Amino acid sequence: MPELPRIVITGVGLTSPNGDDLSSYRQNLLQGVSGVEPYQIRHVGETLAGVCHFDSNRYQKRKELRRGTRAGSIAIYCAREATKDAGLEPTHYGKERTGIYVGITEHGNVETENEVHAVSQYDFDLSFWSHHHNPRTVANNPAGEVTLNTGLHGPAYCLGGACAAGNLGLIQAAQMLQLGEVDMALGGGVSESIHTFGIFASFMSQGALAKNDDPARASRPFDRDRNGIVVSEGGCLFTLERLDDAEERGAKIYGELVGHAINSDASDFVLPLAERQNRCMRMALEKAGMQPSDIDIVNTHATSTAQGDIQECMALSQVFGDSERTHINNTKSFIGHTMGAAGALELAGNLPSFNDGVVHPTINVDNLDPDCEVRGLVLNSPKEIGQVDNILSLSFGMLGINSAVIIRRY
Amino acid sequence: MTRDETILAVKDIISTIAPDEELVGLDTAVPLRDQIELDSMDFLDIVMELRKRYSVQMPEEDYGELNTLDSCADYLMPRLEGQELKLQNA
Repeated sequence: MPELPRIVITGVGLTSPNGDDLSSYRQNLLQGVSGVEPYQIRHVGETLAGVCHFDSNRYQKRKELRRGTRAGSIAIYCAREATKDAGLEPTHYGKERTGIYVGITEHGNVETENEVHAVSQYDFDLSFWSHHHNPRTVANNPAGEVTLNTGLHGPAYCLGGACAAGNLGLIQAAQMLQLGEVDMALGGGVSESIHTFGIFASFMSQGALAKNDDPARASRPFDRDRNGIVVSEGGCLFTLERLDDAEERGAKIYGELVGHAINSDASDFVLPLAERQNRCMRMALEKAGMQPSDIDIVNTHATSTAQGDIQECMALSQVFGDSERTHINNTKSFIGHTMGAAGALELAGNLPSFNDGVVHPTINVDNLDPDCEVRGLVLNSPKEIGQVDNILSLSFGMLGINSAVIIRRY
Repeated sequence: MTRDETILAVKDIISTIAPDEELVGLDTAVPLRDQIELDSMDFLDIVMELRKRYSVQMPEEDYGELNTLDSCADYLMPRLEGQELKLQNA
C-alpha cells in the first residue's frame, strides 16, 4: 500500500453546553464547570439536558435560521469557527476543493415531530404539512446547510454512525484528503437531539435517562450511583489539511491524526461489547504503529450507564491495564452525551493537553464503581502529567459501532 | 378587511417569512421579487400562512396573484371579507 499523506488538525470550531469556543470550553473542563441544566420538552416535561448557547445569528440571517434546522445551524457555526480558527476563508483552497463531513447520530426526528405536532393542531389536515419538511429532514441536511452558507461546491454529506459519528466525520475527512479528493476538509459531528422528545422517551423506557436534583451532577460515568445518560446538543468540526500544505502556509497545528479504527460488535442493538471495543483500540494503535504504553490520555466514551461503563472499563483494563503512562478521563461527565458530536467534541476538549500537559478529569465520581477501577483514571480534579505526546479518543454507538482515533503531538 | 388592511396582512406574513427584509416603502405596484429577496419556497410559505391565519385555500394556478402587493389585495380582499386582521409582528 502506498504511503499516504500525513493529515493534521489546523482549526477547531465547536459549541458545547459549557463553551462556544475551544478556549472557554477547555477552561470549563479544567475548572469543573458543567453544561447540564434543567430542560423541558413536549410530552416528557421537566428533565435535564446539555444546551448550547452559541450566537446563532453570528453567521446566519434570521431567514436562514427559520428555514433551516438546529443541526444545520450548529454545523454552520462550527464550520465558520473552524475555518476562522485555521486562519482561512472557507474557500481558501477553491470552492470545489473543500469537503464537509458531518457525523450524525440521527437526523430528522426533531423536524418530523414538530410537523406532526403542527398538523395535529389542524386535525391532521395534511394541507398544513410544511413544504420545508423534506429539505429539513434529508440526511445530508447539516452538511448541505454549510454549503448554502459558505458557497462551497465540494462534497458535503453526513455520516450516520450513532454516537460514534463524530469520529466517523473526522476519519472520513482525513481519508478524503489522503485520497486527494479534496485539499481541505471540515470533519466532525453535530447533534440537535435535545429537540426531539423521542430520544428522551426512549432512554426513559430503557431506564437509561439521568435524573438528579443538581443538574451539574447528573452525568456521572464510573460512579456507583449513576442512573443514566444526560442528552445534550453540540457540535465540533475540525479543519483538516495535508501536513505539507499546512506547513507551507505556516499553519498552527493542533496535532496529527496518526491512527483510527472503526469496527462492529455484531452482537446486540444497544448493549456494548468489551471484546470488540478492545479490538477497535488495538486496530487504531496498530495503524499508528504504537503500543498502549505510548498513549498518554484516553478519552472514554462512557455515558453514565452501568452496562456501558463497565464494558468499556473491561476493555480499557485489557488494553491499558499495564500502561503506567496512560491516563483515562471522561468528558461527558461535564457536558452530557452530545451524541453525533461527542467523538469530535470530546477529542477537542483534550487537544489543549498537548500545550498545557494537564488531563481534565471525570467529574462527579463520589464513589467509584468497583467494576470501573481502571489504572490511570483521573477523577474529580485535573492532573498535571507533563508532556503529552499521544491522545486516544473513543466513541461507541448503538447497533454495536465502535470507533477510536489517535492524535499525536506535532 | 379594507384594502390597506389586506396589504398589511400580507406584509405581516412576509415579515415573518423574510425577517431580514425591510418592508417599509415597498411599491405596491412593483413585483415583490424585484424589491426584496423572496424565492419559490417563500411564496409557498405565504400560501401556507394565508391558509393558517385566514383559512384561504389558494390553488396553485392562482400563485401568480401574489406577484405584487396590489395583486395580492385584489385577489385576497373578497376572500378576507368579514375577517379580522391578525398581525404577528405588529
